[in-house]
Amino acid sequence: MFSLLRSIWTVFVHMFHKRETILYPEMKPYIPPRWRGRIILSRDPYGGERCVACYLCAVACPVDCISLQATEDEHGRRYPQFFRINFSRCIFCGFCEEACPTYAIQLTQDFEMGEYNRQNLVYEKEDLLISGTGKYPGYNFYKVAGLSIAGKDKGEGEDEEPPVDVRTLMP
Amino acid sequence: MNEVIRSLVVVFGVLIAAMSVAAGLIWLERRLLGVWQDRFGPNRVGKFGLLQVLADMIKIFAKEDWIPPFADKPVFVIAPAIIVVTVLMTFAIIPFTRDIEVVNLNIGLLFFLAMSSMGVYSVALAGWASNNKYSLLGGLRAAAQMLSYEIFMGLSLMGIVMLTGSFDLRDIVKAQRGLWFCIPQFFGMIIFLIAGIAETRRLPFDLPEAESELVAGFHSEYSGMKFGMFFVGEYLGITLISALMVTLFFGGWLGPVLPPIVWFILKTLFFICLFILLRASLPRPRYDQLMSYGWKVMLPLALLNLLVTGGILLEINS
Repeated sequence: MFSLLRSIWTVFVHMFHKRETILYPEMKPYIPPRWRGRIILSRDPYGGERCVACYLCAVACPVDCISLQATEDEHGRRYPQFFRINFSRCIFCGFCEEACPTYAIQLTQDFEMGEYNRQNLVYEKEDLLISGTGKYPGYNFYKVAGLSIAGKDKGEGEDEEPPVDVRTLMP
Repeated sequence: MNEVIRSLVVVFGVLIAAMSVAAGLIWLERRLLGVWQDRFGPNRVGKFGLLQVLADMIKIFAKEDWIPPFADKPVFVIAPAIIVVTVLMTFAIIPFTRDIEVVNLNIGLLFFLAMSSMGVYSVALAGWASNNKYSLLGGLRAAAQMLSYEIFMGLSLMGIVMLTGSFDLRDIVKAQRGLWFCIPQFFGMIIFLIAGIAETRRLPFDLPEAESELVAGFHSEYSGMKFGMFFVGEYLGITLISALMVTLFFGGWLGPVLPPIVWFILKTLFFICLFILLRASLPRPRYDQLMSYGWKVMLPLALLNLLVTGGILLEINS
């Protein structure tokens, strides 16, 4: 009997506690930095597209929501002709980000993607590309992993650094 | 002529007030439960979420009103109406103030007990007519629970009848001028409160619907406004038991400074909130615990209360 009264009192006292609810549209919740939200395609520090259209993200995607077509520019560098993510399928697992060898595809903290029309959830390359570098500010894939492509050998292109002689790296 | 208009105004006023209070309780209950669980409850629709009631009503009226093909149709349709009718009938005898009362029955208290017994038919028939095992179990539980709690509900009120010598609720309120009956009839009040919760099938005693065991008990098969009727009936029941608590044990409209009707409303609101607080805090007992609690604890206590009250009255009068 006493325990009943005590639990009634405890519940009553909760009236004066702080609310747990975050009144969402007015108050924004805390989003952790590693939140897996809307997917973007980032650029390298010089403004070029990072994506090399290797298809690894499309392969890794468990729901097959990424589709792209590789093509080459005049320097023989690969880039995606189109890059399409169907966000009505995407489960925001982040596998594409993990698979990406060039840090091009990244998940952001944005989650407010509601749409009235399902078709609007299909994002094309121009919707996905951002002007910045995303989570990896200084990273440039071609600078660290330059490949020999048409007309240039490893490390010969502009902005590329020559391959390091590993024997000079002795302590 | 004036008399007729006046009584018509009172009748419809009480009807509309009771129905709108029952509807408003949907909002109040959700809001208070939220407050006691560190949430906000519905606060989006309208000011403080008050229009939630309207939204809920539109929703429940727009729902498909489906009668299962295996149900006993006439009984299935009548059952939800019975509970609302019986509770609304009882509102007729409550004296809201000295002058506002639908009928002045000299057997008011007996009328209330009779009507609350009639309410059992609603749930028992609903459980039976649904032709579903969960509904039937719920109906059985409801019948057993309400019958056994009815007994000492009546007995707990007899102390008051002894003290006032009347079944008339207005006389009972008038007899509380000096001292509210919650003090001389303290055990009677506790027993009536517990029996009242059991009669309205509210949470510590919601065995008939017990959604974690019986889907929704006796109203598993109901949808649309028929389900809504059970809902309204439950909220009307809460209001009724609160109003009766106030009338019988807490001096009805009596109180200083404020006008009588305000006192009545304030006191009733307090008990409604108490009902909701009990729902927020207490777990549901097992069914055998419920029955043995009723028969082995509450019934002897009610009889003892009656005996002691009778003895003291005899002592004073002789």
